[in-house]
Amino acid sequence: MSLKIVVLAKQVPDTRNVGKDAMKEDGTINRAALPAIFNPEDLNALEQALQLKEQNPGSTITLLTMGPPRAAEIIREGLFRGADGGIVLTDRAFAGADTLATSYALSCAVRKIKDFDIILGGRQAIDGDTAQVGPQVAEKLGIPQVTYAEQILKIENGKATVKRRLERGVETVVVPLPAVITVNGSADECRPRNAKLIQRYKYAKTPSEKQGLSEECLKLYEERPALNLYEWSVNDVDADLDQVGLAGSPTKVKAVQNVVFQAKESKQLTAADSEIEELVKELIANHTIG
Amino acid sequence: MNNLIVYCEIEDGIIADVSLELLTKGRSLANQLNCKLEALVIGSNLDGVEKQVFPYGVDTVYTVDDPRLYPYTSIPHTSVLVNLFKEQKPQVCLMGATSIGRDLGPRVSSSLHSGLTADCTSLEIGPHEDKKNNKTYENLLYQIRPAFGGNIVATIVNPECRPQMATVREGVMKKEVYDPNYKGEVVKLDPKKYVADTDFVVEVIDRQMEKSKANIKGASIIVAGGYGMGSKENFDMLFDLAATLGAEVGASRAAVDAGFAEHDRQIGQTGVTVRPKLYIACGISGQIQHIAGMQDSSIIISINSDPNAPINTIADYVITGTVEEVVPKLIKYYKKNSK
Ligand SMILES: Cc1cc2nc3c(=O)[nH]c(=O)nc-3n(C[C@H](O)[C@H](O)[C@H](O)COP(=O)(O)OP(=O)(O)OC[C@H]3O[C@@H](n4cnc5c(N)ncnc54)[C@H](O)[C@@H]3O)c2cc1C
Ligand SMILES: Cc1cc2nc3c(=O)[nH]c(=O)nc-3n(C[C@H](O)[C@H](O)[C@H](O)COP(=O)(O)OP(=O)(O)OC[C@H]3O[C@@H](n4cnc5c(N)ncnc54)[C@H](O)[C@@H]3O)c2cc1C
Repeated sequence: MSLKIVVLAKQVPDTRNVGKDAMKEDGTINRAALPAIFNPEDLNALEQALQLKEQNPGSTITLLTMGPPRAAEIIREGLFRGADGGIVLTDRAFAGADTLATSYALSCAVRKIKDFDIILGGRQAIDGDTAQVGPQVAEKLGIPQVTYAEQILKIENGKATVKRRLERGVETVVVPLPAVITVNGSADECRPRNAKLIQRYKYAKTPSEKQGLSEECLKLYEERPALNLYEWSVNDVDADLDQVGLAGSPTKVKAVQNVVFQAKESKQLTAADSEIEELVKELIANHTIG
Repeated sequence: MNNLIVYCEIEDGIIADVSLELLTKGRSLANQLNCKLEALVIGSNLDGVEKQVFPYGVDTVYTVDDPRLYPYTSIPHTSVLVNLFKEQKPQVCLMGATSIGRDLGPRVSSSLHSGLTADCTSLEIGPHEDKKNNKTYENLLYQIRPAFGGNIVATIVNPECRPQMATVREGVMKKEVYDPNYKGEVVKLDPKKYVADTDFVVEVIDRQMEKSKANIKGASIIVAGGYGMGSKENFDMLFDLAATLGAEVGASRAAVDAGFAEHDRQIGQTGVTVRPKLYIACGISGQIQHIAGMQDSSIIISINSDPNAPINTIADYVITGTVEEVVPKLIKYYKKNSK
């Protein structure tokens, strides 16, 4: 059975290595100093999608991302690894969204895509760190969800069998399709870019990226429709303005603080026997140990 | 009405620690808000379950008992919460930031269109002023959480929508009996009124859960190893030291990822939060996400070959040296000087 797969992917600042240069004087984060990357667990989700596509010939993978126009970068990244096309959901009105407003916008876009069997996403994005968007998209579409997925074991009779990795064990569930499945970092790593696909898709562009191109260049996009990436606005997906962006977000960020830990006056010791023995005696004397 | 509800997880008939921790926190918040503390337990064979929660100061326990409600699946549990919340209109709902709470919370919040804050590390009550709309709010729940990979801490409020929902990780709040003789009311809800047969669409066909082996949360001394331990074999040294001192062994995420230690020993933002009386960090550099889970330890000893390791700034004792050299000496001199 061929499958229509949608992969939700987010472009995120790489928060895993926030160095000193990424902190501004006032202690806030300088997002611009951090490279923008494909959210790591979304790559795990893409790999699951690619495996499904291999097992089910004729399947297609559409990437869907909400973000600024430059988020098209991750759509190309996905095409280089084997996805078939992508949509950037972009509009000033989407800005400032919390997870509910994000999931509402994404679910409107999925409704517009209309024909889908599986929606895959990462378990969690490394900037917001909430892991809430996947289940919320599922609820908004009125379909079941499987979170913490490690492997989609099989698809049969319109049902997916999925192995989940939980804190203290594993669980295998059977879920009827269509469903939302969010994938853990413990799942298979995503395959690398494919040289042929890079050649094929390196000129893939969204309408805003095509602005200013010559007539001649633009002809390329008529001849090779696969190079057209889509950009959808609030109107394109028939979203209700009251439910998107900052206005549609019930949670409000009241304050943000940089994390600073209270430095302590510390005793400096070496590994010399005498110093270690002194320390141990001191800890015994003050009843910390023993 | 307008009470504070804690969703209680249950496994093998036992209420999860994280839920009892939330009841403890919930009791003190309910006292501040002058409302009732309520617990919701959904599962199978729940008779007598109230005895586990009353000592934490629970005023009402709702139970929904049906064989199909255990083990947990998303949609049926969501239906119970959504339907109960429509009736009871709680002002606050807390749940564990576990694989259950993080599956259930967002689904419920989406259905009710109420905000949800993930992985809170602190919950407080306070006022809020919305300057743009010129409105002030009293007694909102301040939901304080790390974000951006742990590099910032944000205070989040839900001014308009109810309930104000938050998830909290295990070990972040302290578990404390409020009154061993506290008695509340048990309200048995009829599953048929809260869950539809059509909600049972996901089937759990296999489940293998391990009992948690490590009990690092309650330990008064923790010996924690990091990537600097170098190997699983070297980690055995830490078990020796722990056995000598009567301690538990913890680990950094890098050590867990490298396979030196089991996942349930991980300390930090995405592991357990601990506050022992003594914390010995062995070959741990002290990244923000690790420190977030152990900074409240009374005494911290850092053993690190790098005198400039970040963890040294929050340590009471800094031993500059290799773990291979220092750990055996700690064992030796403890044996020599104790008793
Ligand atoms: C400091 C801070 C704290 C915050 N705390 C909260 C909070 O507690 N509650 C809250 O509701 N919001 C919160 N937000 C807002 C939240 O980060 C954004 O709404 C964000 O767009 C989505 O949440 P996330 O990054 O946590 O995604 P997650 O829910 O962690 O993402 C899970 C998966 O959903 C998919 N996905 C998520 N976003 C997109 C997207 N834009 N495009 C395509 N796919 C996507 C991806 O597959 C991703 O792996 C916070 C924001 C900040 C800056
Ligand atoms: C979103 C997010 C969540 C995270 N959550 C957590 C979490 O919950 N817990 C956690 O721990 N981490 C977490 N991390 C990872 C964290 O950022 C660090 O990568 C991790 O804590 C590093 O572990 P480490 O200190 O053991 O390793 P390293 O940073 O590699 O440090 C090893 C240390 O060992 C020292 N060393 C080396 N050899 C020796 C020797 N022979 N003797 C003595 N010292 C030696 C080195 O000088 C160094 O200081 C998280 C990261 C992110 C992005």
